[in-house]
Amino acid sequence: MLLEYIAIGVLLFLATAVAAIAIFLGELFGPKRKSDKKAQPYESGMLPIGPGTRRMPVRFYLIAVLFILFDIEIVFFLPWAVVFRQLGLFGLIEMIIFIGILLVGYIYAWKKGALEWE
Amino acid sequence: MHLSETTTTGFFYLAPWIVFFPVIGLLINAFLGKRFPEKVIGWLASMASAGSFVISVLLAYSLWASGGHAQSVYVAPWIHIGNLALDWTFRVDTLSVTMMLVVSGVGTLIHIYAIGYMHEDVRFKHDVGRYRRFFVFLNLFIAAMMILVGGDSYLMLFVGWEGVGLCSFLLIGFWYDMDTLGRSSWANSNAAKKAFVTNRIGDFGFLIAGFLMFWYIGSVQFDEVFAMAPGLQSGVIVAITLFMLIGVTGKSAQIPLYVWLPDAMAGPTPVSALIHAATMVTAGVYLIARSAPLYTLVPEAQFIVAMTGAVTALFAATIAVGQYDIKKVLAYSTISQLGFMVAAVGMGAFVAGMFHLVTHAFFKALLFLSAGSVILGLERGHHHLAKHEAHEGHHEGHEEVFDPGDMRNMGGLRKTMPVTFWLYIIGTLALAGIFPFAGFWSKDEILADAFKEGYTAVYWLLTIAAFFTAFYMGRQIWMVFFGKPRHEAAAHAEESPLIMTAPLMVLAFLSIVGGALNLPGLHTLTLWLEHTLEVHAGEFVLSVALISTALALLAILISWLIYGRKPLEAGQPDPLKRPLGFLFTGMENKWFVDEGYWAVFVNRYVDLARFLADVVDWRFWHDWFHEKVIAGTYNWLSHIFLNRYADQKGIDAFFNGLGEITRKLSAATRRVQNGFVRSYALAVLLGVVSILGYLILK
Amino acid sequence: MTQLDFITVLPIAFLTFWVCALLLADLFIKRKGLTAVLAAVGLAITLGLTLMQVGRSALGFNGMLVLDGFSIFVQTLLLLSGLLGIALAYGYIRRMKIERGEYYGLLLFSIIGMMLMAQAADLIMVFLALETLSIPLYVLAAFARPNPDSEESGLKYFLLGAFAGGFVLYGIALIYGATGSTQLAQIISVVNLSGGFEGIYNPTLMLIGAALVLVGLGFKVAAVPFHMWTPDVYQGAPTAVTAFMAAGAKIAGFAALLRVFALAFPTLSADLSPVLWVISALTMFGGNLIAISQTNIKRMLAYSSIAHAGYILMAFVPFGDPKVLPVSVAAGLFYLVAYTLTNFGTWGVVIALEKAEGKGLEISDYAGLGRKYPALAAAMTVFMLSLTGMPPTLGLVGKFYLFRAVLEGGYVWLAVIGVITSLISAYYYLRVVVTMYMHEGEAQTEREFWLGLTTLGAAVLTVLISLTPQWLFILAKDAVLMLF
Repeated sequence: MLLEYIAIGVLLFLATAVAAIAIFLGELFGPKRKSDKKAQPYESGMLPIGPGTRRMPVRFYLIAVLFILFDIEIVFFLPWAVVFRQLGLFGLIEMIIFIGILLVGYIYAWKKGALEWE
Repeated sequence: MHLSETTTTGFFYLAPWIVFFPVIGLLINAFLGKRFPEKVIGWLASMASAGSFVISVLLAYSLWASGGHAQSVYVAPWIHIGNLALDWTFRVDTLSVTMMLVVSGVGTLIHIYAIGYMHEDVRFKHDVGRYRRFFVFLNLFIAAMMILVGGDSYLMLFVGWEGVGLCSFLLIGFWYDMDTLGRSSWANSNAAKKAFVTNRIGDFGFLIAGFLMFWYIGSVQFDEVFAMAPGLQSGVIVAITLFMLIGVTGKSAQIPLYVWLPDAMAGPTPVSALIHAATMVTAGVYLIARSAPLYTLVPEAQFIVAMTGAVTALFAATIAVGQYDIKKVLAYSTISQLGFMVAAVGMGAFVAGMFHLVTHAFFKALLFLSAGSVILGLERGHHHLAKHEAHEGHHEGHEEVFDPGDMRNMGGLRKTMPVTFWLYIIGTLALAGIFPFAGFWSKDEILADAFKEGYTAVYWLLTIAAFFTAFYMGRQIWMVFFGKPRHEAAAHAEESPLIMTAPLMVLAFLSIVGGALNLPGLHTLTLWLEHTLEVHAGEFVLSVALISTALALLAILISWLIYGRKPLEAGQPDPLKRPLGFLFTGMENKWFVDEGYWAVFVNRYVDLARFLADVVDWRFWHDWFHEKVIAGTYNWLSHIFLNRYADQKGIDAFFNGLGEITRKLSAATRRVQNGFVRSYALAVLLGVVSILGYLILK
Repeated sequence: MTQLDFITVLPIAFLTFWVCALLLADLFIKRKGLTAVLAAVGLAITLGLTLMQVGRSALGFNGMLVLDGFSIFVQTLLLLSGLLGIALAYGYIRRMKIERGEYYGLLLFSIIGMMLMAQAADLIMVFLALETLSIPLYVLAAFARPNPDSEESGLKYFLLGAFAGGFVLYGIALIYGATGSTQLAQIISVVNLSGGFEGIYNPTLMLIGAALVLVGLGFKVAAVPFHMWTPDVYQGAPTAVTAFMAAGAKIAGFAALLRVFALAFPTLSADLSPVLWVISALTMFGGNLIAISQTNIKRMLAYSSIAHAGYILMAFVPFGDPKVLPVSVAAGLFYLVAYTLTNFGTWGVVIALEKAEGKGLEISDYAGLGRKYPALAAAMTVFMLSLTGMPPTLGLVGKFYLFRAVLEGGYVWLAVIGVITSLISAYYYLRVVVTMYMHEGEAQTEREFWLGLTTLGAAVLTVLISLTPQWLFILAKDAVLMLF
C-alpha cells in the first residue's frame, strides 16, 4: 500500500527541491534593498498595527478585483483539466471561448492601464 | 446512539437556556445597549448570568430528584457526515451540573461586582465607552463556558474551549492600547496575544487527542468513546490522554505552558477573578475529570498527570513568594492551586480535585476581587491626592507613574479599607488551608488521597507547596494591610462601595462554609458525583491534616517574623533578598522561564520568520521574481506595445482622475452610509417580512 | 452542445461575440461615434437573427434555456429599446462630456443579460441573467463620474441591487430545497407528481422561496415596497441611462417573473395572488401619489415608472388561472410595448431640455416650450397623455387590455384601483402640459438628429398604433409561453 504513495513522495520532494533551489539562487543573485516599511509583516496591504477601520486607496481594490478575476480562471481550469480527455474537442473549444472572453478583459484592462500602479 | 437515557421529565428540557440567557443578554447589550445607562447594561448582563444560575439550580434539583442519572438534552442537529453523527446536545449529569453551578454562581457575583468596578475603571482609564463592551464579552464568556461544561461530546467541549479562549483573549486585551498602568503601549495587547498563542499550542494537543479518538473509535461523543475505550490498545489511550494533557497544561496553566497566566493579569480584575482564577482555567481539570474513564485505564498517564500537577503546584508557589504585584502573587497562587487539582484528578482522586475546584473558585474569586478593591482603593487615593495638590498648586511629586497594584506602594490598609481587609483575611485563611475554612477540607482531601494511594512524591511536593502557599499569603497580608503606608496614595485609600463589597461578602461566606460540601463522614459531594464518576470515599487522615495545618501555621508565623514584626519601609528591598541571595532573585524573576522560552523557542521562531521574510519573501520573491522576472517582462512588453499604440495622454488622464474619484467616491459613500441606503434596505426587509409573515401565518 | 442548443442561443451568442470585439475595437477607436454605430449595427444584426427564429420553439442546454414565441417577442422589444437607448445616448453623452466607448459596451452587455432572462428556463439561469443585466446597469448609472450624483446613484443601485439579488438567490435555494431541482420543467413535474404524497416536495418551503424570488424581481421592476432606490437612482444616473434602465430592466424583470410564475408556480397562486394584488395596488397608489409632489422631472418620471410597474403587475395577479393567463400575458406584453415607446419618447424630451450640471430638469424649465418648439411640445403632450392613459394614445389601449384581463380574472376592485390611480396621475402629467403651454418662459432645447427622430417617431407611433392596436395585440397573444 505504501508504494502507492511513492509518486506523492517524489512530487513532494521535487516540489521542495525546486523551491529550495529557487530560493537559493535568489539569495545568491538577488539584490538586497531593505527598509523598515518593507520589513513589516505582509497583511495584504493593511498596516498590521492600529485601528481596524480606516480608509484604503481604491486602487487597491482594482488590483484585488483583477486578481480574483484571473485567479478564478485558474480555479476553473483545474477541474476541466481533470476531465479534459472525456470532454474531447467540445471541451477544448469551450475552454478556448472561455479563455477568449477573459483575454478580452485582460487586454482591455491592460490597455486601460489598470495593471499599472502609478 | 446515546447511551445515557433521555427523558422529558423534570426541568432537563431547560438545559439549553444556560447558554441562551447569556447570549440574549449579550445580544441586547450589543445591539440595543448604545443608549442604555451603565446601570441597565450591568444589571442586564448580571441578570442574564443569574438566569443561567437559576437554570443550573433547576437542573441540579431535577437530577437529584431523578436519582442522578445522566441526561442528554438534544437541541439541534450539527454535523452528520458518513458515520459521524454529532448534535448540539447538552449533557446534564452531576459533574457537568457542578461546573454549571460554579460558573454561573460565581459568574453572577462577579458580574455584579463588575458593575461597580468597571464604573470606576473606565473612568480612571478615560474611555467610558468600553463599559458596555466589557459586559458583552463577559456574557459571551459565560455562554462559551456553559457550552464547554454542558457539551455532550469532545467536539462541543472544544467549541466552548475555544470560545472561552477567545473571550480570555478579548478580555486580557480589554485595554489593548495601554499597559497595566494606563500608559499608551501595546503591553496589554501583547499579553493577550501571549495567552492566545500559548493556548493554541495546548489546543493543538487537544485536537490531536480528538483526531486520535475519531480515528480509532470513530466518535467523539463521551459515552461512545468511554464505551469503546477499554477495547483499544493501551498505547493509543496513553497517546490520547497525554495529548489531552498538553491541552490541559495550556488551558489550566500547568508546566510547561503556564507562562501566559501571570501576564493575563493585564485584564480588568473581575476578568482575573472569573476567567483566570475561578472558571476558565479549571476547564482543564474538568476535562480530565470528564475523561476519567480514559485516564483510569492507563496508570502511567495518570502518574504523569499527577506529577505535572504536583511539580507545578510547588514551582508556582515558590515564584509567588518573590512577586510584588498583588495580582501576580494571586496569579502564581492560582497556577499552584490548579496544580493541586490536576495532581488530584491525575491520581484518580476526581472528587477531591472537583472539591478543591469548587472551594478554590470561592476563595480565589474572593481574593482577586478583594485585590481589585484594594487596587481601586489606592487609585481613588491617588486621584484624590492629585486633585488636592492640583488645587493647591503643587505639581511635583505626582508626575511619577503610580502603580496601584504594587504591594510596595501599600501598607496599613486595614485602617483605611477595613471591609476589604476582613474579606481578604477570610480568603487568605481559606487559601492557606486553616481549619475550618473551605480550603482546609478540600486541600486536605487531596493530600490524604495522595498519602493513601501511595503517591509519596506527589504528597510531599504538595505539602511543601501548601507551606509556601501559607507563607506568600501571609507575606501579602502583612505587606498590604499592616505596617505604615509606604505611599501617599495608600494613606488616602478609600473603601469600595457596597455594590463591590456585597458580592465579596457572599463569596466570603462561601469560603468559610464551603468545606461543608464534602465533610469527612458526610461525603455529600462524593455521593453526588458518584453518579457520574467512579469514586471512592476519601478518608480523613488525621496525621495528614495535622501536618499540613501545622505547616501552614508555621509558615504564617515565619512570614510574620519576616514581614509583620518589622514592617517594610518605603524603598526598602525585600528582607528575604539578602539571606536567600540568588534563590530570591530567581523567585523574583520567575526562575527566568520566560527568558528561557524566548531564547529557546521564540527567538528561533523569529529567526525563521525573519529568514522567510528577508530571504524567501523579500530577496527571492520580491526582488528577484517580482521585480526582475515579472516586472521586467512586463516593462519590456509594455514598452513595445504601449509606446507604439497607446495614447499616452489618455492613460495619464485616467490616473490623474483616479485620485479625484477616490475622494469623491468616499464622500459619496459616507453620505450613503448616513442612512439612506440603510433605510431603503430596511424598507425592503419590512416588505419581505410582511409578505413572508402573511404567507406563513395566514 | 448540439445544433439545437446553438440555435436557441444564436442571437445571444452573436451579440456576446460582437460586444467583446467592440470592446477591443473601441480601445483603438478615437471617434466614439463610430463605436455607437458599431453597437447599433450589432443590435440590428442580432435583431435580424432573432426575427429569423420566429415560429421556432425549442428547449436547449438540457432545459436551461428555452426558445419560444414569448422569448422572441420580449427579445425583439429589448433589442429595439437598445437601439432607442443608443439613439438617445449618442448626442447626450457627448454633450455631457462623458463620451466613453464603454458606454455602448456596457449597454450591450446589459441587453445580453436581459435577453438571457427572457430565455431562462432554469432558476440558476434567471439569477445569472439578473446579475448580467444588473452589473452593467450599476456601472452605467455611475457613468457620469466624477459627478457625485451619478456616483451615488450607481453605488446605491449596486448596494440595494446586491441586497435584492441575495433574496432571489435565497429563494432559489429554498425552491431547490423544496423540489430538488432548479429547472422550471422539473420543478413543476415534482409539484404535480407529489400533489397528495409526502414526497420530497415541501410546499411551505416552495412558497417562501417563490415569495423571495418575487421580492428580488420586484426590486428590479421597482414595485412598492421595494422601490425606494428608484427615484435616487433615476435622478442621479445620466438621463440616457435612466431611459434605458426604466424600459429594459422592467421588460426583462417582468419577462422572468411571467415565465417563472406562470410555469413553475401556478399551484401557489391561491397564496401568491393576494400578495401580488396588494403589491400591485400599493405600487399604483404609491408611485402616483408621491409623483404629484415632485418638481424635478426626472424624479417625477421615476415615480411614474414605479406606478407603471404597478399597472403591469396587474397582469400577474391572475397567473394561476389557465383561462385568463394567455389574455393577461398578452395584455402585459402589450403594455410593456406601449410603456417602452412612451418611455423613450418622454426621456428623449427630457434629454433635449437637459443642460450641463443638472440644469434644465425642473418642471418649471418647460415653461414656454409650446410657443418656442411646438413640435417637441406636441410630442411631450402625446407622451403625457399616453402615460395618463387618455386617447388617442397607446397608453389608453394598453390600460384597456390590462383592465379587461384583470376583470376577466375576477379582480374587480383591482381594476377600480387602476382607474382611480390613473385619474390621480392625470394631475401631475397634465401639469407638465399646462406648464408647456400656459406658462411664460424661455425653454431651451438641444437639436440633435437622432434624438429628434426618436422623440418624434415615438410620438407618431404612439398615436398611430393606438388607432389600429389589434395587430400588435394579436402578435402579443401569439407570443405564447412554451409550456412543459
